[in-house]
Amino acid sequence: MGGPVPSAECPAIEMAGICKSFGHVRANHNVGFSVRSGEIHALLGENGSGKSTLMNILSGIYLPDAGSVAVRGRHVAFRSPRDAIAIGIGMVHQHFKLVESMTAMENIVAGTGRGLRLDRQQARERIRAFSRRFEMGLDPDKRVHDMSVGEKQTVEILKVLYRGADILVLDEPTAVLTPQEIGRLFGILRLMRQEGHSVIFISHKLNEVMSLCDRVTVLRRGETVGTVAVADCTTSRLVEMMVGRVVDLSIDRPRVQSSGLCLSVRNLSVRDEEGIRKLDDVSFDLHHGEILGVAGLAGSGQKELCETIAGLQAAEGGRIAFHGNDILGRSPRDIIRLGISMSFIPEDRLGMGLVAGMDIADNVMLKDYAFRPGLFLDRTAARKKAREIVSRLSIDTPGIFHPVRKLSGGNIQKVILGREIDLNPKLLITAYAVRGLDIHSSYTIYRLLNDQKVKGVAVLYIGEDLDVLLELCDRILVLFNGRVTGIVDARSSTKERIGLMMTGETPRAEGWQVPLPVPPLPASNACPVADRLLSPDSDRTMPAGPDGKGGGPC
Amino acid sequence: MLRIARKEDMTGLRAVGVRIAAVLLALLASGLLILAMGYDPREVVRVMWSGMRTLKALASMIRIAIPLAMAALAVSIAFTMKFWNIGAEGQILMGAFAATAISSVLPEGTPGALRILLMALAGLAGGALWALPPALFRAAFRTNETLLTLMFNYIAIRWVEYLRCQLWKDPAAMGFPQIAPIPESAHLPQLLGVHIGWILVLVLAFLQWVFLRRTKKGFEVRVVGESEKTARYAGMTVGRVLLFGVLLSGALAGLTGMVKLNGTAFVLAERLAGGDGFTAIIIAWLSNLSAPVILVVAFLFAAMKQGAGWMEGLAGIPSALADTVQGLILFFALGSEFFIRYRIILESRHRTERKEAHP
Ligand SMILES: Nc1ncnc2c1ncn2[C@@H]1O[C@H](COP(=O)(O)OP(=O)(O)OP(=O)(O)O)[C@@H](O)[C@H]1O
Ligand SMILES: [Mg+2]
Repeated sequence: MGGPVPSAECPAIEMAGICKSFGHVRANHNVGFSVRSGEIHALLGENGSGKSTLMNILSGIYLPDAGSVAVRGRHVAFRSPRDAIAIGIGMVHQHFKLVESMTAMENIVAGTGRGLRLDRQQARERIRAFSRRFEMGLDPDKRVHDMSVGEKQTVEILKVLYRGADILVLDEPTAVLTPQEIGRLFGILRLMRQEGHSVIFISHKLNEVMSLCDRVTVLRRGETVGTVAVADCTTSRLVEMMVGRVVDLSIDRPRVQSSGLCLSVRNLSVRDEEGIRKLDDVSFDLHHGEILGVAGLAGSGQKELCETIAGLQAAEGGRIAFHGNDILGRSPRDIIRLGISMSFIPEDRLGMGLVAGMDIADNVMLKDYAFRPGLFLDRTAARKKAREIVSRLSIDTPGIFHPVRKLSGGNIQKVILGREIDLNPKLLITAYAVRGLDIHSSYTIYRLLNDQKVKGVAVLYIGEDLDVLLELCDRILVLFNGRVTGIVDARSSTKERIGLMMTGETPRAEGWQVPLPVPPLPASNACPVADRLLSPDSDRTMPAGPDGKGGGPC
Repeated sequence: MLRIARKEDMTGLRAVGVRIAAVLLALLASGLLILAMGYDPREVVRVMWSGMRTLKALASMIRIAIPLAMAALAVSIAFTMKFWNIGAEGQILMGAFAATAISSVLPEGTPGALRILLMALAGLAGGALWALPPALFRAAFRTNETLLTLMFNYIAIRWVEYLRCQLWKDPAAMGFPQIAPIPESAHLPQLLGVHIGWILVLVLAFLQWVFLRRTKKGFEVRVVGESEKTARYAGMTVGRVLLFGVLLSGALAGLTGMVKLNGTAFVLAERLAGGDGFTAIIIAWLSNLSAPVILVVAFLFAAMKQGAGWMEGLAGIPSALADTVQGLILFFALGSEFFIRYRIILESRHRTERKEAHP
């Protein structure tokens, strides 16, 4: 067992004076930092500060304009990702690059064999050995499309380990993971640290950085601010380093006098193209001046809920009434016209809602271009709006004619949300709005949502971070496997309770209350939420282990 | 060892540099080839330059460029939607066919301007209708439009051949299988030595640009091309946008056929399209689907075609060699696009050694 030898003198990685520009955009300027062997090193910075660019240089995807990279004291000049992996640097990108129909092993081994036939048995053994060593619990013969997001990520990590990497770069690995999966990932990373591997960890979640990492390097606007040890640092100090000034990190929750019912959903059931039931008898009410949170494990029906309300997905049964009018079966454009805005940030961030190849001004027009009179686009208005959005959300871009694809992940999202809010919706549905956003921008978004709420807009906020849901929302609806396990008052509920409900438990313990009774619509004759409270279907729920494991969607 | 990696960080300026380098290399390689075949490249350049300088030569290049540019404008609308219309050849023919058909039923005394106008409308309709079935099939059943548009080319060619040999065989041609030429009053008027098709092309290029960049419909076409999912999300009816765009693309190709018929050919035959519908695809791609660039590239293609003719005619170079030079230039042009998107890595042996993992 010849593990990599941690050497005290030579840092595992030493980057110095790295510069990289894209046209006029200076993504990295004179960036330098070093990573020791056996350390987990965090890379922090606001959206667009150049973290991904720097890591793409380290893993051979981009060539730097200037600067030097040394690995274990030896200077290197990578010309492609293969050069980087050959020297032991492996990058796990945020968007998985796995072949869905192949098994874990086939994905891991693909592209490594020298001959045409690979020794499957030997490969399987090696993967098992890795999996045991880092307690990954991966079955080499499982197919990728049967895997949860967390498992897919494990495969990605194994893929680079298998190729001999002992320096691992993880670009926002936790953005799409559930809390349980994050816990497991951290376990794996800690074991790797023990073995002397180096890990570079990018995240916008400071609590993760504080609990996992040894040292932190902060970037701001493409330049290094400094490197600090986590032990002698606080969250607010890190935020200050990132933003350049002290920021207030509290979310307020104004109480708003409700001005009536906005949306009521009754007994909504939806199947996807394969006939799998994605929403099962979902009912809830949403009032003006209220933020209703939706919590649930990834893939519990959030996407279908959004798409059905927006008219993009047909329902199997049930009703959706907006201001008393049935909107099921209406065209997406009609629904937009009614004042219902839906934005869904998918895992790849670009799948829906934005046109990647077009510029910001064009994207701002996307939802309302059709409502203006005449044959021509109103570009003057769009430009004006684009400028407003860019300045209000402080989007980091060289200009409004910059293609959206070239913006950093976080800035892409600000464009979507800015546009949706600008449409002055009556109902604002937003799913995963802060996925991958830096702290500062996330708080900007919470503030914007609160502004909308105060204006009387009904907000459906689909989120991942339970702490934020509890702080921001008025009520929280919990989904599990397409069913509503309950709707709780966010002011009096706890993280633990919601966590349990997310894994299918219907709470009946003390403190549980029906926050707002859901009255039946005139035409519908049942009150399913109340029904379920009286007789929880135990067959549909999955027992969650005491440690929270084993509760994922089956 | 050679290996290929994607280039992720290409900028616009460097891309232009690569393209210029490609043109220079192509000329250099052509020169070497001509030299190797025992001709003097300097002499060839001199002869070609003297031929090319004349206004007459310029006029003939423009005449060749007109249908190329028009057809490229046509297919680039469909390509913007990622609808791979490779049926421009057939649409050109059917446009010319419809124009001929209208012309043949008009009374003899019809004024020329009216006849031309009606023939142009017929051309638009003919091309659009020929593009309709593949578009319908794609919108309704998601069939592959590449195959269907391609096959429709051959149907169009055979149809015109049938007309020529049977149905519309001109009795005045004394047994020669030929369709009757269009009346002289329908010939496109000349302006500055070329038929007025060149003005039409400039106008169309402008209109196509305005359509795609400035109108709502054009915006929809662009969005559908980027992502059908996003288009649906924005409230667009993808099928309808697709149909509209393809009809427009077909109509423009049909008009190209009419312009060829009334501008240069004057008689319908299956050779009328002459491969322009296919060359247009290359032009549209090399121009990155941008209307102003299409005008330039179409002219360069015309110059290349013309130049090959002169090499044969004036410099006495065998036609096979002239064709080879044409191919070389094309090869470098297409090759440069490859170098813009990928980089080739020369690897020395010690660097290829892979580090072994130690589980
Ligand atoms: N291929 C590219 N072409 C042009 N500009 C780019 C490209 N990639 C990145 N940029 C720009 O470089 C800057 C840094 O981007 P980068 O993706 O490295 O930021 P980041 O720190 O990873 O941000 P985030 O947290 O939002 O992912 C941004 O302003 C971005 O717009
Ligand atoms: Mg990034």
